[in-house]
Amino acid sequence: MAAIIAYIRREWLWLLTHVLSLALVAPLVWDWWTDNLSPNPITDFTLATGSAAIVTLLASLAVTPVNTITGWRAVVGLRKTLGLYAFSYATLHFLVFVGLDYGFSLKYILADGLPTKQYVVVGFLALLILLPLAITSTKGWQKRLGRTWKKLHRWVYAAGILAVVHYLWVGKVIFGKPVVYTIILALLLTARIPVVRSRLVQFRNRLRGQRRPTPPRRASRAINAEGMP
Amino acid sequence: MMVKISPSEITPEHVFLNRRQFMQGAGIAAGALALAACAPTRPPAASAQVEAPPPIDLPPALAYVEPYASATTDELSDPLNSYKDITNYNNYYEFSTDKQEVARLSQDFVTRPWEVQVGGLVNNPKTFDVDDLIKTFPQEERIYRLRCVEAWSMVIPWVGFTLAGLLKEVDPKSEAKYVKFTTIVRPEQMPGQNGRILPWPYVEGLRVDEAMNELAILATGMYGKLLVPANGAPLRLVVPWKYGFKSIKGIVQIDLVDEMPTSTWMAAAPHEYGFYANVNPDVDHPRWSQASERRIGENGRRDTLPFNGYADEVAHLYDGLDLQANF
Repeated sequence: MAAIIAYIRREWLWLLTHVLSLALVAPLVWDWWTDNLSPNPITDFTLATGSAAIVTLLASLAVTPVNTITGWRAVVGLRKTLGLYAFSYATLHFLVFVGLDYGFSLKYILADGLPTKQYVVVGFLALLILLPLAITSTKGWQKRLGRTWKKLHRWVYAAGILAVVHYLWVGKVIFGKPVVYTIILALLLTARIPVVRSRLVQFRNRLRGQRRPTPPRRASRAINAEGMP
Repeated sequence: MMVKISPSEITPEHVFLNRRQFMQGAGIAAGALALAACAPTRPPAASAQVEAPPPIDLPPALAYVEPYASATTDELSDPLNSYKDITNYNNYYEFSTDKQEVARLSQDFVTRPWEVQVGGLVNNPKTFDVDDLIKTFPQEERIYRLRCVEAWSMVIPWVGFTLAGLLKEVDPKSEAKYVKFTTIVRPEQMPGQNGRILPWPYVEGLRVDEAMNELAILATGMYGKLLVPANGAPLRLVVPWKYGFKSIKGIVQIDLVDEMPTSTWMAAAPHEYGFYANVNPDVDHPRWSQASERRIGENGRRDTLPFNGYADEVAHLYDGLDLQANF
């Protein structure tokens, strides 16, 4: 028991990330379990998995800005977990669309001209980008690729933009969640512009300065964070 | 799954028996309907206690207590969708953009009293009380497919009367070329109207010859009962060969006009929605496709039919019209 509590205390952030990531599709699973799905469950599955993919992708893109602003080192480890959730949900979303919705029927996929539909193309491209990123997310690949790894993983920005555009293009009216996600993505990307980034760091340091005397532990954390990609 | 039922919720036996007799009667009536346009049997009074008293003495086609339809399929042998599905999965942006929220948000919407102004270029403009419309015009069942532009569809047993019947009553002038329909504006009861998702009020239109087509009806009921607000109570248009958004709900005004009215969706996205909006698998929505659809209650996809399967009845209306350009 004590071991479990100690484990939870040590790994609470990582555990919380998993719980929240899974919670994104929990309402749907619950509805399915209790036989309360809507009259159009396939669309529900499509929407829920797509939405979960974008939310986890945005969350993984939020890790670096959160680290920049707060200097909180522990969040950095969540980037990979969240990214892998994004890839998993995006894959599931794709399979629901092609498999459940279209029954893998080439006839209907071609009749509906899916390969030429803009929203399909951008969504599929986002998934294609996430695929190599997911494969190379291990420590082994990170070492093997060296500097190239960082370059490769910058493609996640493109995936984020494509995913949000995909969501904007699916709707009948530009309204609600897609708009919110677009704004969040814009903020997260803006925070990476070097000028903005250094301003954020300055801002953080000023906050620290006002709260003098700074505890030495915090100061060392902040220094560590400077070296982050 | 076990559900606890309180004793008061259990149907008293005499009601239960009456319902059974009623259902048997309905079965006989359904058979008779195949031979003649026979009015279905009125349900026994005892079972009426489960419902609020009807606002008027309803004509037989609308007087059922339990959902009732004269057939179990449409003319293409596809089964009707359930009453529950039809009343709980609705696009009605005046209430919500969430199709499953409309039923809940609209349940207290007040549909009586309700007046419908019919005017514009007519010789005999008139304001009707909706209950007078129900009493004046013969109410009949029409089992129609509904194809949403979002590529899902249902089969629905509407009850209503022909739009042509109403238009004859007001006598359109010769210069009238189009019919314009307007939905009620009542933001205090329609939460969606407090936002600017679409310009309110919702407006739709038909060419006069489309409106006079035998398939075009004004629906007052569904499954033998008065419409519920989620389906557009107390009065909505049903034009089954067009995408669902043309079948405007909660109508308070019908005007005969000489110029093509700009429908709400045309105004919101002119490149994506045209005036005609005929169901057409060969004309894609600019962003999504329209060649296939999912029938609610089915898995997978099925072909979308030209004019939603009503080509024989309506295709002639568009002879010589470029349907690619006039989408």
